[in-house]
Amino acid sequence: MAAVTATTAGETTIREPGPLQRAGITLAHVLSHPLGAIGFVLVVLIVATALFAPWIAPYSPTAISVKERLADPSLSHLLGTDQLGRDLFSRVIVGTRTAMTVALTALSVSIAIALPLGLIAGYGPRWLDAIMILVFDSVSSLPMIMLGLAVVVLLGPGVSTVILVIVLYSVPSYARLVRTQTLSLKTRDFIKAEQVMNAGTPRILFRHLLPNVIGPLVILACLDISTVITLEAGLSFLGLGVKPQIPSWGNILSDGFAVIRNSAVPVIAGGAPLILATVGFTFFGEALRDALDPKLNPERKP
Amino acid sequence: MTLFLLRRTALAAVILLIVAILLFSMMHMIPGDPTVVALGPRSTPEMREAFREMMGLDRPVLEQLSMFLGRLAQGDLGQDVWSRRPVLTMILEVLPYTVTLALASFVWAVALGVLLGCVAVVHHGKWGDWLIGLVSIAFVAVPSFVVALYSLLVFAVWLNWLPAIGAGAPGDIAAQARALILPSFAVGLGWVGYVSRLVRAAMIEAMGEDYVRTLRAYGVAETRIVYRYALKQALLAILSVIAIGFGGLLTGSVFAEIVFTRPGLGKMTYDAVMSRNYPLVMGTVLVTSGLYVTCMILADAVTAWLDPRVRSAL
Repeated sequence: MAAVTATTAGETTIREPGPLQRAGITLAHVLSHPLGAIGFVLVVLIVATALFAPWIAPYSPTAISVKERLADPSLSHLLGTDQLGRDLFSRVIVGTRTAMTVALTALSVSIAIALPLGLIAGYGPRWLDAIMILVFDSVSSLPMIMLGLAVVVLLGPGVSTVILVIVLYSVPSYARLVRTQTLSLKTRDFIKAEQVMNAGTPRILFRHLLPNVIGPLVILACLDISTVITLEAGLSFLGLGVKPQIPSWGNILSDGFAVIRNSAVPVIAGGAPLILATVGFTFFGEALRDALDPKLNPERKP
Repeated sequence: MTLFLLRRTALAAVILLIVAILLFSMMHMIPGDPTVVALGPRSTPEMREAFREMMGLDRPVLEQLSMFLGRLAQGDLGQDVWSRRPVLTMILEVLPYTVTLALASFVWAVALGVLLGCVAVVHHGKWGDWLIGLVSIAFVAVPSFVVALYSLLVFAVWLNWLPAIGAGAPGDIAAQARALILPSFAVGLGWVGYVSRLVRAAMIEAMGEDYVRTLRAYGVAETRIVYRYALKQALLAILSVIAIGFGGLLTGSVFAEIVFTRPGLGKMTYDAVMSRNYPLVMGTVLVTSGLYVTCMILADAVTAWLDPRVRSAL
């Protein structure tokens, strides 16, 4: 967070507050908005659950107990059990970890790929830029879930396929953002000065453009977390995401959907954390964007 | 205007061509024998050989690509692996169901979204505005398949008010309409939030314009300004976004169709993926991309028609 503030603070300030202080200011800004406060609480709750999942879960999320199939919620099984007698509460808790791991991995990979692509498109020759934009537009014109289905049919279901789908979906828009930023930075005086002083292209790209471009990109990725969680859960719900035995919210919903006429608990238990997570991350992301860089708001006219 | 549209159409055609090439190369990146992938592991060597010959898989890759694109240009999307029926015919059979669902979702979502947006503007800065903003973002964030599952649980399983499965018998309009309620609720809910936020933002911008100040100076009632003048401006502003969104709605129906076991493009794609019916998957992906891109051109046309400045911009 500190790094984000540092890059958006502007280069003219002489005495800037330290990174910790800046993070504090940003957080105070986010929390001052009720939306941001709700989002922040939910995000902290979810991240903490993901981090401490194995200690919170009372049972093993994969332990099968045939005798206790579809048990109602009770003191020993807070949310009851699923059709294989697995403790639903434990599955929901450990599912949080699955969701966060997939989302963070996929978004980091996307950022790592989109950064160089966007820099090349923005700083490189015009013809290369034109080709890259055309390819980005083509990939974005593939509807996301259809793209996912097409990839799954080729590579088979699994965590890595889910991550690949997310990367394919996010790289075009991320690279576009980096490209736009690079194009506008390219004409700024401090880059021109570097060029005049004969700085090498790698130096300009990595030392001067990269730090200025990465902030907005991270905000965009934050705003995307809930979309990415939805995509992972959606693919898993269809039986095309993470493997059935791995606890994930989408798998819980998928199992619950099959027994929806016998027990409503699994569907409710799988859906509720998904709603809390998507709403929480969206609220937090929006508040964070408004605090750091309101220019990124698509509803705000420049 | 014509030139502008021609350019956009040409660009769309190029995008579709690239999509087709991407799909084709994906097909060739599959690890293992493509005939096994297409026909399934239970296929006999004779079946595979016949398939190889039929698809021209024994020829050089570039020749295959040009054959593939040539067939596409003639509207031939290949054949279903199991039934041997043309993919295009199968898609056209289920397309009306998906379009109906998308239209139904669209109509109620835009109506409610515009209404919420207006109410938010009237209460601008007060708790009503804040509450609508909160609800709108939540609607956008919540996954549509969770909405579908929860509404199925409440209205079909618990209350038993509405059917849980299917699209209603052909010819029975009442049953069809009843079968449409829950899926269109699930598909449209996110759009309510999206539209209300767009309308609110566009109207607040319009309220700051000089002509609104003049209207106020003339003593025109505030509600009349909001609903008559600012709304008109806002609707024009969101028309193009809505046209693009309609393309999104077509694919948004995938989950609703699966949860409510409704025939349609999404359900067909899903079934094709599950049975590894390769040509059918490619066909549906291409057709949806085509619809998507068409909606994009329509959006551009609407924008250009309403705002002459756009025409010269590109």
